[in-house]
Amino acid sequence: MQEGTQRVKFYQTGTLTVGNRLLDVELRTVQATTDRSNAITSGHRACQGCGEALGARYALDAAMRASNGNMIAVNATGCLEVFSTPYPETSWTLPWLHSLFGNAAAVASGVAAALRTQGRHDIRVVAQGGDGGTTDIGFACLSGMFERNDDVLYICYDNQGYMNTGVQRSSATPPTARTATTPAIGGEPGNIFGTGKDVPRIAMAHEIPYVATASVADLHDLEAKVTKAMSMHGARYIHVFVPCPLGWGAPTNSTIRVARLASESALFPLFEAEHGEVIASSPIRKQVPVEDYLKTQNRFAHLFKPERDEERIAVLQQMADRNIKRYDLLREEVKA
Amino acid sequence: MSAQFASTLEVGTSLKNHTGSWRTERPVYVDRLPPCNNACPAGENTQGWLYQAEEGNYRAAWEEIMENNPFPAIMGRACYHPCESSCNRASLDSAVNIHAVERFLGDRAIEMKWSAKTPASKSGKRVLVVGAGPSGLSAAYHLARFGHDVTIVEAGPAIGGMMRFGIPAYRLPRNVIDAEVKRILDLGVKVRLNEKVEDIPAMMGSEGFDACFVAIGAHLAKRVNIPAPDAGRILDAIGLLRDLESEVPTAPQIGRRVIVYGGGNTALDVARSVKRLGQEAIIVYRRTREKMPAHDFEVQEALEEGVQFHWLRTVTHMTGESITVEKMALDKDGYPQPTGEFETIEGDALVLAVGQNVDTHVLDSIPGVEHDKDGVVKVNPSMMTGHPGVFAGGDMVPSERTITVAIGHGKKAARNIDAYLRGTEYVPSPKHALATAERLNTWYYSDADKQVQPMLDDLRRRNTFDEVVGGLDESNALFEARRCMSCGNCFECDNCFGVCPDNAVIKLGPGNRFQFNYDYCKGCGVCAAECPCGAIEMVAEEI
Amino acid sequence: MLKQIEGSRAVAEGVALCRPQVICAYPITPQTHIVEELGALVKTGELHGCEFINVESEFAALSVAIGASAAGARAYTATSSQGLLYMTEAVYNASGMGLPIVMTLGNRAIGAPINIWNDHSDAMAIRDAGWIMLFAETNQEAIDLHIQAFRLAEELSTPVMVCVDGFILTHAYEQVEMPSQKEVDHFLPPFEPAQILDPNKPITLGALVGPEAFAEVRYLAHRKQLTAMERIPALAHEFAMNFARDSGGLFHPYKTEKAKTIIVAMGSVCGTIKDVADDMREAGHSVGVIALTTFRPFPFAQLRDALKGATKIIVIEKSLTAGMGGPLAAEIKLALGKSKQTLYSVIAGLGGRPITKDSIRGIVERVAHDELPDTTFLDLNWDVVNEAVGGAHTQLIEKHTNHKPKS
Ligand SMILES: Cc1ncc(C[n+]2csc(CCOP(=O)(O)OP(=O)(O)O)c2C)c(N)n1
Ligand code: SF4
Ligand SMILES: [Mg+2]
Repeated sequence: MQEGTQRVKFYQTGTLTVGNRLLDVELRTVQATTDRSNAITSGHRACQGCGEALGARYALDAAMRASNGNMIAVNATGCLEVFSTPYPETSWTLPWLHSLFGNAAAVASGVAAALRTQGRHDIRVVAQGGDGGTTDIGFACLSGMFERNDDVLYICYDNQGYMNTGVQRSSATPPTARTATTPAIGGEPGNIFGTGKDVPRIAMAHEIPYVATASVADLHDLEAKVTKAMSMHGARYIHVFVPCPLGWGAPTNSTIRVARLASESALFPLFEAEHGEVIASSPIRKQVPVEDYLKTQNRFAHLFKPERDEERIAVLQQMADRNIKRYDLLREEVKA
Repeated sequence: MSAQFASTLEVGTSLKNHTGSWRTERPVYVDRLPPCNNACPAGENTQGWLYQAEEGNYRAAWEEIMENNPFPAIMGRACYHPCESSCNRASLDSAVNIHAVERFLGDRAIEMKWSAKTPASKSGKRVLVVGAGPSGLSAAYHLARFGHDVTIVEAGPAIGGMMRFGIPAYRLPRNVIDAEVKRILDLGVKVRLNEKVEDIPAMMGSEGFDACFVAIGAHLAKRVNIPAPDAGRILDAIGLLRDLESEVPTAPQIGRRVIVYGGGNTALDVARSVKRLGQEAIIVYRRTREKMPAHDFEVQEALEEGVQFHWLRTVTHMTGESITVEKMALDKDGYPQPTGEFETIEGDALVLAVGQNVDTHVLDSIPGVEHDKDGVVKVNPSMMTGHPGVFAGGDMVPSERTITVAIGHGKKAARNIDAYLRGTEYVPSPKHALATAERLNTWYYSDADKQVQPMLDDLRRRNTFDEVVGGLDESNALFEARRCMSCGNCFECDNCFGVCPDNAVIKLGPGNRFQFNYDYCKGCGVCAAECPCGAIEMVAEEI
Repeated sequence: MLKQIEGSRAVAEGVALCRPQVICAYPITPQTHIVEELGALVKTGELHGCEFINVESEFAALSVAIGASAAGARAYTATSSQGLLYMTEAVYNASGMGLPIVMTLGNRAIGAPINIWNDHSDAMAIRDAGWIMLFAETNQEAIDLHIQAFRLAEELSTPVMVCVDGFILTHAYEQVEMPSQKEVDHFLPPFEPAQILDPNKPITLGALVGPEAFAEVRYLAHRKQLTAMERIPALAHEFAMNFARDSGGLFHPYKTEKAKTIIVAMGSVCGTIKDVADDMREAGHSVGVIALTTFRPFPFAQLRDALKGATKIIVIEKSLTAGMGGPLAAEIKLALGKSKQTLYSVIAGLGGRPITKDSIRGIVERVAHDELPDTTFLDLNWDVVNEAVGGAHTQLIEKHTNHKPKS
C-alpha cells in the first residue's frame, strides 16, 4: 500500500474495491470516477476479458489525471496497438503515436526532446508496450532511454508472451509455460527453467528515479504507482502484470483473479524502487501455493495432467519463495 | 497540408464499432436475498439497514428497521439473532455483530426521541388486538401505520408480554421496553389493561371492530408430575419471572437453594435471576450442555455468574431439602436414557421450566376456530383463523416461540388484516434467490475483526439486575456495520465500473447503481467474477 | 561567407543554419565528423533551441527523430552504411508516417566484408523506402541541398535524405560559400507540422491499415513523390534566386546538347567525369554528362528528354545489385523506354576503389569502338577473380550477357 493513499479503512467496501462510496471523493480511485478520461475507449477489438486493455486504461487514466490531460502516449506494436487502432477506427482519446515494435522508448525520448525544445514542459510523455516490445526487441531502446534518464514514463504490459502474433515465447514467459514456440512436449515441457529476464530489476540497475511492478489485480496500488511516477521526472518504468485469457488458456472472466493469484503466490511480486533501491513492496495478504495460480491456466496444464509434475511445481514454488524473501512479502503489516 | 491518409485517425472513432455483437453471455444486475434477511423471523431488511448505517445514516437505518420491526432497541438485545448464525461473513472471519448495531440504532432512536412514521390517511376501520405482547404490539403498530384505528386489550397489568415477563431486566432494561412501546402508543394505539376478553365476536360486534388479531401467547406452564411432600415448593418458571416484574424485584420466599428444571432459555432466565437475588441457582437438565435448547452464550454467562449445572439428570421426586435425580446417558441417537443410578441434590425449591401451553379459553367459543391438543391455534397462510376476520399469531400459533417470530407474525397478520379490511388480498413480493457465500468474491472485503460489546463487571452481574451486555459506541457500531458484505445487493463499490476492459458499464451516480452498455459489452464476465457481493449474473444470450 | 572547411563541417554548419530542434545520432564512419560538429555547436550554444541526443543505435536515432518530428520539432539525423541498415525499419516508418525528417547519408559500402569507404550501396538498399533522395556533387551542393531538403520535407510532409559521398566529400577540405543565417531563415520558414501530437487536439498517429486502404496509402506516397518532382526544380530555382547559386534540382546536364554519348552518374564522381568529358571533347569525342541529383523521385520523363539526342548512354554508378547489375542503369533503361539508344552500365568505385580519369576515358573509348559489354566492372582485377573461381569466369559472363565484347 502506497504512502499517502487510502489510509482510511472502510471495511465493508474495503480499500480493495475499485470505488468506495464511503470515501472522500478525492481519495477514490481514478477508475471509480465518471470523469476518468477513458484513454482507451469502447469499441476496441481486444479479446473478451483482455487484461492488457484493462491495464492500459488503468494506467493511462491515472497518468492523464496526474498530468491534467497534458500527455502524449507512444505505443509499441503488439496487441494493444493492433486492437486499438485498426483503420478507420481508433480507441485512443489522447494524442497517441505508434511507430514500430522495438522503438517505443526511443520515439518517446524524441517526443520528450521535442516538447523540451518547444518549451512545452507541461506536457508529459508515456511510452507503452507489451513484454515482447519491452523486454526483447525494444530492450536496447528502453535501456538507452533509461540510461539517458529521458523524461519518459515507460509502461510495460506484461502478458508473458508475444500474444499478437499468436502466443509465442518471450523473455518474460515463465518457465514451464506452454507457448506456440515452447510446446508442452518432450523431457522439459513448456518454457525451460533458467531462461528469461527480470526487466524491472534490470531497470533498477540503471538507477533511474523510479521502477515499479503493478498488477491489474491491485488497482489502488497501480494508480498510486502511476501517480507517483508522474510526479517525478526522468526515466521511469512500471511493469504491469496483465493476464491474457486467450494466450494463457484461462476463462475470460478470470483475468483479475489470475493476476491476484500471481501476486498472492509471490510469482509476480509487487514492489517499487527509487534510484536503484527497493523502497517498498506489497505484502501478501492471503498466501496461496503456486499451484493455485498455475491451475487457473491451461498453459500450465501439463504440470497436473496426466499426473502431477511434483518436481517442476516445487521449483516454481521455490521461485515464489525466493521472491517472498527478496521483497519481504510475508512480513506482518502494522495495522493502520 | 493535410493529415496522413488512413494511418492518422480522429480520436475515439472506435465508438462506431459495437463490440456487443461478440457476446454469448450477458451480465445482468440482480438483487439476491441476503442470508440475514432470509433468516430474520421479523422479516427485517438487515442488509438494507446496515447499508444505511455504514454511511452514518443512522436515522435512515433505523427507519428501515422500523418498516418491519417496531422494536430495534429491544430486539437488538433480546433477539437470538438467527441473522448472525446465517451471516456469510462467518466464512471469512466472524459474523457481523448485527444485533449490536441494531441495538445501537434503537438506543440512538430512543435517545434522539425519533418517532415512527404516521399514516398518510385514516382508513376508518377499527381493529381489536387481544394481547399486548410482542406479536400484538407489532400488529398494532403496523395496523396503525396502515391508518387503522387499533385497540389492544390485555388481561394483565402491563404492556409487553414475554418481552417483559420472559426476559429478565439484566438482559433487557425495562425503560427500553417502555420507550419503544410508547412510540407505538404515540401512533394512537389504545390499550386497555387488566381486561380479559371473553367473547371476541360479541366484543367486535358491540364495539364495532372490523377485524381482530389474537396474540395471547402461551402462558400455561407445562407440568411434569414430580412427587413432592410440599407442592408449594414446586413453582413454574413463567409465574416466577412474572413475580419478579414488580417495581423492585424481590426474592420469592422459597429458600436459599433454587433448583431449576429444564434446559431452555427460560430455565436460564430463572436461574440467573434468582442468583441475582442472592440465592443459589442449580440447573438440572436431562441431556448434555451441547443439547441444551438454550443459547450457549446464555449458558456461558450463567456459568460466569455462578449458576451450577447438572447435566444428564432427570428429577424423580422431591423431599424436604433435596431432590432425587436419576442419572441419564445419551443413546446413539442422542436421546437420554435412564441409567438406574440415582443421586440427591440439595434444594429448597424446584422451578419447572419445561415449556408452556396456550390458554385457548378465549377462542373456544368462536365458531370456526380450530386448535390442536396443546391449544395451538390453526391459522391459514394469511394468519386468519377459521373465523373470518379473526386472525391469530405469536406463540399461540404453530411456530418457533421467540419474540422475533412473534413480531414477524404481528407484521404479517397486520398486512393480511389490512388487505382483508380493504377487500383485497395481501400478496407478498416474491423472494429473490439466496445470496449464498460461494457467490461472493470476498477478496475485496478488508480484514476487520468483529467489535465485541462490553460486559458488566462480575460483581454487579452477580447481585444486580443491571444490564449485563453493554452497547457499542458510535465508532464501533459504524465499524461493525461496515463489516457487512452486502451479500447479493449492489453497494456501489464501482468494481464492475472499474474492471470492465471495454468500458461497458455506466455509472449512474450515488444511489442509482450501474447499467450495462450492451453496445460494447463483450460478455467476458469479469464484472460478475469481481463483484464482491454477487449482484451480477451472467445470462446466456439468445443467439 | 567563403570558407575553406572540411565537408562534414560544411554540412554541419549548413544543417545548423536550418535551426533543427532535435538532433540525434549514433557514430559511424564517415558520418562522425558531421554529428560531432553539430554536437559541439549545440553544446557551445551556437545552435540554440536544439536538443542533441546521444542514442544507443541508429535505430534509436531515427526513432528519436520520428518522435520529435511527430511532436512538432524539426528533426535531423545522419548515418552511413551499416547504420542505415540498422535503422531501416524506421526509415520506412518515417516516410510512411509522413514525417519531414532530414537525414544526411555519408555514403559508404555495406559489409560483409566490412568496409568503411565510399560507394552508394547503402543508399540503394533503401531506395524503395519512400524517402526523397538527393545526391550532392560537391560540398557546396551538400550544404545547399540540406537547406532545400528541410524546406521540401516540411512542405510535403515527407522525409528527405541527402547523400554525401563518404570521405570524398565528407572529409575533403574545399572552399564553400556558407550562407548567412538571415538568408537561410528567409528561405526556410519555421516548421509548421501538417499534423502534430497535441493534447489540445489529440489524434492517433500510426494506425493499422488493412487491404481495404493500403493500396491507396501506397499510391498516395507515390503521388507525393511525383509532387516532389515538380517542387524540387521549383525550389532549386527559388534557391538560385535567393543564393545566386545553382544547386539541387533534378539533375545537372553538362554539355549534353548535341552530345552523342552521355554519361550519367551521381555524387562526387560527376566532377571527375566532367573533367574527362572536357578532355575528350577536345579530342573530338562528343561527350556530355548528366549529374543526377534527385534519385527519388526518379525523373524518368525529364531524363528521357535530356538524353534523347544521344545514341550511347553510359551509366557509371557506385553500387551493384548482385545478380542484376547496376540499379541506376536499370532505372535509366526504363526511362529510355522503347528508344534504340544503347545503354552501358558501369559498376565502379565499390568500397572506395578510386575511379580514375584514365579508367573513365578508357570506358568512353571502348564505347566509341563498340567494345564495351552492357555491364562492366571498372578496373576489376580479373586475375584475382579467376583465381578465386578457378578460371571459368569469362565463359559465364558471355553466357549471361547479350553483348559480347570484341576483344
Ligand atoms: C520488427 C518486428 N518484428 C516482429 C513483429 C511481429 N510482432 C508484432 S506484435 C508482436 C508480438 C507482441 O508481443 P508483445 O510485445 O508481448 O505484446 P502483446 O501482443 O503480447 O501484447 C510481434 C512478434 C513486428 N511487428 N516487428
Ligand atoms: S491476445 Fe491476449 S493480449 Fe491480445 S487482445 Fe487478446 S487477450 Fe488481449
Ligand atoms: Mg506480450
